[in-house]
Amino acid sequence: MTTVQAASRAAAAPSRQGAPLLEVQGLKTWFPVVGGVLRKTTGYVKAVNDVTFSMHAGEVLSVVGESGCGKSTLGYSILGLTPPTEGRLTLAGKPIDIGKPSSWNGFRKDFQIIFQDPYTSLNPRHTVFEMLAEPLRAHGICASRDIPDKVAELLKKVGLSPDYMHRFPHAFSGGQRQRIGIARAIGLNPKLIVCDEVVAALDVSVQAQIIRLLMDLKSELGLSLLFISHDLSLVKAISDRVLVMYLGKIVEAAAAPDLFAHPRHPYTAALLESIPTLDRARRPKLLGGEIPSPVNLPAGCAFASRCPRAQDRCRKETPALFRADASEAACFYPIGLPPVP
Amino acid sequence: MGMHGTSQPLLEVEDLSIGFAGDQGVIAITDKVSFKIHPGEAYGLVGESGCGKSVTCLSLLKLLPVPGGRVLSGRILFRGRDILKMTQEELRSLRGGEIGMIFQEPGAALNPLWPIRRQLLEPFQYHAYEGDPQQRIRSLLDRVGIADPDRVLSAYPHQLSGGMLQRVMIAMALCLNPSLLIADEPTTALDVTVQAQIMELIEDLRREFQAAVLMVTHNLNLVAQYADRVGVMYAGRLVEEGPVDDFLRNTLHPYSQGLLAALPRLDAGSGLMHPIPGQVPRPADYLSGCRFRDRCPHAFEPCGQKPDLFPAGEGHTVACFLHAPAGAPAAAGATA
Repeated sequence: MTTVQAASRAAAAPSRQGAPLLEVQGLKTWFPVVGGVLRKTTGYVKAVNDVTFSMHAGEVLSVVGESGCGKSTLGYSILGLTPPTEGRLTLAGKPIDIGKPSSWNGFRKDFQIIFQDPYTSLNPRHTVFEMLAEPLRAHGICASRDIPDKVAELLKKVGLSPDYMHRFPHAFSGGQRQRIGIARAIGLNPKLIVCDEVVAALDVSVQAQIIRLLMDLKSELGLSLLFISHDLSLVKAISDRVLVMYLGKIVEAAAAPDLFAHPRHPYTAALLESIPTLDRARRPKLLGGEIPSPVNLPAGCAFASRCPRAQDRCRKETPALFRADASEAACFYPIGLPPVP
Repeated sequence: MGMHGTSQPLLEVEDLSIGFAGDQGVIAITDKVSFKIHPGEAYGLVGESGCGKSVTCLSLLKLLPVPGGRVLSGRILFRGRDILKMTQEELRSLRGGEIGMIFQEPGAALNPLWPIRRQLLEPFQYHAYEGDPQQRIRSLLDRVGIADPDRVLSAYPHQLSGGMLQRVMIAMALCLNPSLLIADEPTTALDVTVQAQIMELIEDLRREFQAAVLMVTHNLNLVAQYADRVGVMYAGRLVEEGPVDDFLRNTLHPYSQGLLAALPRLDAGSGLMHPIPGQVPRPADYLSGCRFRDRCPHAFEPCGQKPDLFPAGEGHTVACFLHAPAGAPAAAGATA
C-alpha cells in the first residue's frame, strides 16, 4: 500500500528554479468597517496585510494559521474572488491588474479552487454532469459531443462511477461530494489549485482518502497545490513548504521538514505544542490569551501580547520576515538562533 | 487510571439501542451499547459521523430529538437509578445539577436573545443552591479563565468569540458541581490553541471537583491525551473498549487500527496516512454480522455473524472474531 507521504515525495522535490508560477508581492486585502448613521468607514479589518511569497510549478505550499488569520482570504484574493486592495500579483508570469476584476478572466482555467464545504459548494439543482460539463463548455476544453466521455473520464479519475453522472449532490456523502469538487477543478487541466480546508468537514478515514487522491492527481497531472488548512498534522504529511500566518501577516515561511523540526517563530512553536498527539507522555502546552482584534492591531509585533519571548523592542518595532537559518521568521528573537541585530 | 476498578460505577449504560422513526418505520441507530463510567473517570467515546456516539450521549439526559428519536431498549443507570424511568421532575433535577452538559457548538447552544448573566443564572432557578448565585457565577467565570467577568456577563452570545462561549458553557455546566460532565465534541469548533486551553480547563476541574467526564469526540489524539478509558463506535455498535494506555499499545479491532492509521501524525516522522477504503454506511445499509466486514482487510468467513465483545486483556474488550477466545466457535454466540 502506498502512503500519502510516498505519493507526495515520489514526484521529487519540485524545482524552485526558473520563473515562479505564482508571485505575490505586498498583497493587502482590507475590508472597511463602517459605523454610525452616516455609514462612515471607521477602520479596516486587515485580513491580508502585506503578504509576499512565490510558488513554483509542482509545489505543494501550505498556508496555516488559526481562524481569522487571513489564510482563506489570501487564497480568494489570489484568484480574484475577493479582489485585493493593494499589491502586485503575477500569475504564470503575467501581471494582474488587481483593480480590474476582469483581468483574472484569462487565468481561471489555469488557477482553480476546491472549497471547504462540500455541502454548500455544489449547486443542489444541478446534476453532477451539469456541474462538470459547464466549465468544459465555457472554456472550450472539448467538443460538445465529447463532453459526456470527458465527464465520465473525470469521474473515474476521482474514483467515482460514471453511472453517478445524472445524480444530484444530495445523493452523495461528504467525501464523494469533495471528489466531485476535485473533478470539477481538474477538468480544466489547471496549473494550480487552491485547496481551501478541503478535508476539514470530513471524517478522518475519508480525509485520508481525499488527501491521497489529491496527491496522486498532483503527481499525475503535475499540479501545484496551495493548501489552506488549520491542521498542522495534515500539512506536515503533504507539504513541500509552509507559510504560517498570524493576523494577516506571514510570521514564518520554511520548507516543511525545517518548520516542523525547528520552528523559529514563537507562534509556530506554540501552535505545534498546543496540538494533542497519541503520545501520552507529551502534554499539549498552553498558549495564553486570545488573538487581538484585526481592526485595532497593536503597535510592534502583533504576537507580542501572547509571546513568552517578547521584549520591549517587540512592542515598538514591527519585525520584517528575517532569514532565520534555513527558514524565514518575522521575529527579532527567533528560537534557537541569535537575536536579529 | 485503573484506580476506579472496584468502586461503584457512576453511570452504567446497558444494552442501549436507540432508533429514529423514518419513512420505512423505526430504524435502529445504535445496537446494544454498554459502558460504565466510574466517579472521577474520563471516558472517551470515539467514532466517525453517524456512528451513534452523539445520540447515545443525548439519550443519557433524555434529550433525543422529538419527534423521531427514541430509546428502543436498554437501561441507563445513574448512581443505580434508571434515567429512562425518571419523571420530568427527577430529570430536571439531574440536568444541569448532577449532570452537566457541554455541547459541540457553543454559539448554537446558548440563547442568542439572553445576555450571558441570565443564562448562567438559569440553572439556579431549577436547583436548590446554598449561597449567592451571583457570586458563584463570578467565581466560575474566573475559574474558566475569563479575565473580565463584567463585560462577559452583560454581553450577548454574538459579542463573544467561540472560545469565550465555550468557557461560558463550561461555567454553566459546572454551576452546581456536577458529578458527571458530558462533553459532546467540546472543542471541534475551536482553534488548536483554544482547544488546548479548554481541554486543560476540563482536566483541572475534573481533578478539583472529582467529576467524571464523558467526552464524545472524533479526535483520537484528544482521547489519548485526556481520557482514562476509550470506547470506539462503528455503525452504531461499540467495537472496542478499554483503558487508553492498553488500547494505544495493543489496538485490536481492525476499525480502530484503521482510524489510527488514517490519522495524520504530528508526532511521527514519517507522517503515514492510510485511508480506510469505502465509507461509513448509513443505518439503512448496515450489514448483517460484523458491520465493518466490507471495509475490513482481515474479513473472513465468521464475520457474517455478529461478533460479541470478547475479552482481550485487563478491562479491554473487542468485537472481532480475530480475537474470539479459543474453543468459542465463531458461529456459536452469533445472532446477527
